[in-house]
Amino acid sequence: MPQGVRRARVTGAVRGAVRGYGIRVLCALLVAVALGGCGKTPWNDPYPAADARANVLYAAFSERPKHLDPARAYSANEYEFIAQIYEPPLQYQYLDRPYRLVPLSAAAMPEVTYLDAHGRALAPGAPARRIAYTVYRIRIRRGIRYQPHPCFARGPDGRPLYLDLKPGALAGIRTLSGFRHTGTRELTAADFVYEIKRLADPRLHSPIFGLMSGYIVGLKGLERRLAKVRRDDPHGYIDLSRYPLAGARVTGRYTYEITIRGKYPQFRYWLAMPFFAPVPPEADRFYAQPGMARRNITLDWYPVGTGPYMLTENNPNRRMVLSRNPNFHPETYPRHGAPGDAAQGLLKDAGRRLPFVDRVVFSLEKESIPYWNKFLQGYYDMSGISSDSFDQAVQMGAQGQARLTPAMRAKGIRLRTSVVPAIYYMGFNMLDPVVGGYDARARALRRAISIAVDEEEYIAIFRNGRGIPAQGPIPPGIFGYRSGRAGIDPYVYDWVDGHARRKPIAAARALLARAGYPGGVDRRTGEPLTLYLDVASSSGPDQQALLDWYRKQFEKLGVQLVVRSTFYNRFQDKMRKGTEQIFLWGWNADYPDPENFLFLLYGPNGKVRHGGENAANYDNPEFDRLFDRMKDMADGPERLAIIDRMVAIADRDAPWVWGFYPKEFRLYQAWDHNVKPNPMANNSLKYLRIDPDLRARLRARWNRPVLWPLLAMAGLGLLFIAPAVITYRRKEHRPPRRGPD
Amino acid sequence: MLAYIVRRILYAIPILIGVNVITFALFFAVNTPNDVARMQLGVKRVTPQAIEEWKREHGYDKPLFYNAARSGLARLTDTIFFQKSVRLFAFDFGRSDSGRDIGADIRQRMWPSLAIAVPVFIVGLLTNITMALLIVFFRATYLEVSAVVLTVVMMSISSLFYIIAGQFLIGKLMHLVPISGYSGGLSAFKFLVLPVAVGVISGIGSGTRWYRTIFLEEFGKDYVRTARAKGLSELRVLFRHVLKNGMVPILTGAVVILPLLFTGNLILESFFGIPGLGSYTIDAIQGQDFAIVRSMVFLGSVFYIVGLLLTDISYTLVDPRIRLR
Repeated sequence: MPQGVRRARVTGAVRGAVRGYGIRVLCALLVAVALGGCGKTPWNDPYPAADARANVLYAAFSERPKHLDPARAYSANEYEFIAQIYEPPLQYQYLDRPYRLVPLSAAAMPEVTYLDAHGRALAPGAPARRIAYTVYRIRIRRGIRYQPHPCFARGPDGRPLYLDLKPGALAGIRTLSGFRHTGTRELTAADFVYEIKRLADPRLHSPIFGLMSGYIVGLKGLERRLAKVRRDDPHGYIDLSRYPLAGARVTGRYTYEITIRGKYPQFRYWLAMPFFAPVPPEADRFYAQPGMARRNITLDWYPVGTGPYMLTENNPNRRMVLSRNPNFHPETYPRHGAPGDAAQGLLKDAGRRLPFVDRVVFSLEKESIPYWNKFLQGYYDMSGISSDSFDQAVQMGAQGQARLTPAMRAKGIRLRTSVVPAIYYMGFNMLDPVVGGYDARARALRRAISIAVDEEEYIAIFRNGRGIPAQGPIPPGIFGYRSGRAGIDPYVYDWVDGHARRKPIAAARALLARAGYPGGVDRRTGEPLTLYLDVASSSGPDQQALLDWYRKQFEKLGVQLVVRSTFYNRFQDKMRKGTEQIFLWGWNADYPDPENFLFLLYGPNGKVRHGGENAANYDNPEFDRLFDRMKDMADGPERLAIIDRMVAIADRDAPWVWGFYPKEFRLYQAWDHNVKPNPMANNSLKYLRIDPDLRARLRARWNRPVLWPLLAMAGLGLLFIAPAVITYRRKEHRPPRRGPD
Repeated sequence: MLAYIVRRILYAIPILIGVNVITFALFFAVNTPNDVARMQLGVKRVTPQAIEEWKREHGYDKPLFYNAARSGLARLTDTIFFQKSVRLFAFDFGRSDSGRDIGADIRQRMWPSLAIAVPVFIVGLLTNITMALLIVFFRATYLEVSAVVLTVVMMSISSLFYIIAGQFLIGKLMHLVPISGYSGGLSAFKFLVLPVAVGVISGIGSGTRWYRTIFLEEFGKDYVRTARAKGLSELRVLFRHVLKNGMVPILTGAVVILPLLFTGNLILESFFGIPGLGSYTIDAIQGQDFAIVRSMVFLGSVFYIVGLLLTDISYTLVDPRIRLR
């Protein structure tokens, strides 16, 4: 056969095969498209089709939680998970405002007994100076059982299956689910005491050890003893039951006592935090076995609790899944709430057993754009609002009231706002020779700046109205906060027509002149006044505009502001050494008590001298004396009067430009129920209810595939290909060019 | 060739030590051991004692490079640099500063990275080469001019734009695939389609331009004229002769990045929520986890050196004239 003919046949066969294959692929694609179109789940559904109508709540997280060990976790993104898993003795009532503590794993509120230095009981109203110790007696609920976990698994002979693993027993096991058997047991008071002892374990570096060792009797001594043990065996199991702790004692199977030094009424709030949740010793023993840490199987990664949910999938690089704890004890939805809750339908589930949702799937979403778009497509059940999406979601009324845009309302999305118990402020370093000090000059300078920095404008520009200008250190919702005329800072605001109005800039200029800087020029030297603002640098898009805005605020007084933006570490270092002059800082409440805000101005809590949280290093003896009295008092008129006096002192000295109290805006889908933001309660997932059928219907409606752009693109492609084919044919059939000869 | 490979591996040791020294110096020029401790212990209520204890436990209580308090060799070995670096050479990455086993994390996270990087690499390479050859085929026509303009425009656009535009058009407006996310097994397909398409499309501009230059250079050579004189079709000349002879520079660029596919794509992984090694490194830098940063930089260097070695070896495969000695 001539070679040319053979080649032509081979080429033809290849072409035929390619054409046949191409047709098959095209058919397969068409079938897939047709099937996809007929299917009930949208094509862009990121979740398995089987879960389309499942009772699953979908949420997102942007940052991997560092710790899930209740002795270590302290951040909001960590509490989002472990507060659903661990159950401390107390919790915040979900609906009530002001915030109110109620029993959780405790059967009742703790019995509090005051003792004098000789251990004799004192009357409940005994003066704080006579109280040497306070004993909290806690009785826990019977019948609470832990989630299923391998550390409780027992064989037919009753012996633990996985607590004494032999070398090689972990072969093939890479996650906790690799253990075939699980078990459970009843919660006992010893588990609570065990966790308190864990706070002293040097290996765990509990963030509250420093604070608690000052209160819980014997905790510091226990830490010293454990440190010696840890030197020889840094990661091994320590049977803490062999180390007695005077400040935490088991008094019965269901009762235990915590003894703290002196009177510290705020301690009850700590009992609502995971630091004081029970941890079974078996869990520590299980995770301490050789080979576990190498596989990243630790208590810091796989929590063991009694709460409504258990962590069944922990891949914080992708998703974390909380599933209903089958052993969860009976707990019901609150039967009463704050005024107006019933009208909002928040009591429809009153008395029904918790939790309502079977699973909560948290997906990692680092970028705000995909998160927001997936929320709009119905693939997340709730969402915050980033600055980029704010105008798309919310319209601010003339009076500053927020309402959803028509597009959001058409989707049935609901907006819930709440004032966060937190404050963001601009602080003055009171140790600084220019802005610090307590004389009339320094006060006048700080007050002038307080007037000039227009927080209302800041909130409008940089927070889309999500904040309330602060009038003092105590945010709304916390005892001691005063609204209205009585609550304004009289050095910065006037009360005009029923509203607080910032004093005119002329008043600030007059104060500046009184401070010795008329027109922003130092009267003594004739030099313009230059002040320095230290901030932690941020990569946010608003950062430069924000710093420019601060410069403009100071320019109103003729003062030059130099912004020193540094890495957060360096910034913190400056704060510790006190080399900053003016700084931006904030505080989120640990608990809803004024002590947790006023201690930020307490002298013995100064950052430079004492390493405390008083970043401004404010030190006023009268304020400190009043603080010492106030912190031990129960809420009431007497305490309120002292707080008023303290706030007045702080207003006069102006160690901070009070800044603002942040407001949180959250969006919820139409199928979410029982939604009421509670910034203090971290365990609120158990109250949420969803309507999966409505969600499936709306998702299908919102996510119908749009195919015409594909056809348009194919047509466009043909427009490009056609001339190419024509050119190709021309080139291939063009006769060879003749040479010049 | 074996001697060559052994020699190259021995050369790699001082390079890796140098990379380690630079990484170490740069990291600790910005962060002190105290900062690292503070980052791990959190911001609220951290006591100086807790910081000292954490540093002691994690070996950050030693001097950085030189321990004057010790004698003999211990002056160099009893330092943070030595203690943290020496195990890397045995590929023992140890634990991260937050306590997780780095080796286990790398083994877990390299698969999602590969799931994106391998298709992007293969499809991208094939697409770019084909496009470049076609542009060469249509040289001196308006199609070439249009294609060159288009590739210049495409390479001028930030990859971020392709990502956001892809998510907006395909995910948000057309509802064809999920906007972001990841899943294991076969269901990973629907999550990978968009990032892979974006990865390929965003690389077309620069890749095609580069390969076109290579092929145009080959196109003027004598063997091409000879092939034409034999009566071969233009496409056959291009895809059989020009492509084969243009492989050496293509391999230089392609094989060297082959091992680096393991380390993932930082931006794609971050925007599409892919739990790979790219986002692992970024997270570690943001979280000031020196143990992970140092391990990933070390791994990247090793991969790069391996890539260069593979490139050299591949030359011998495509060009018989090249011998490694």
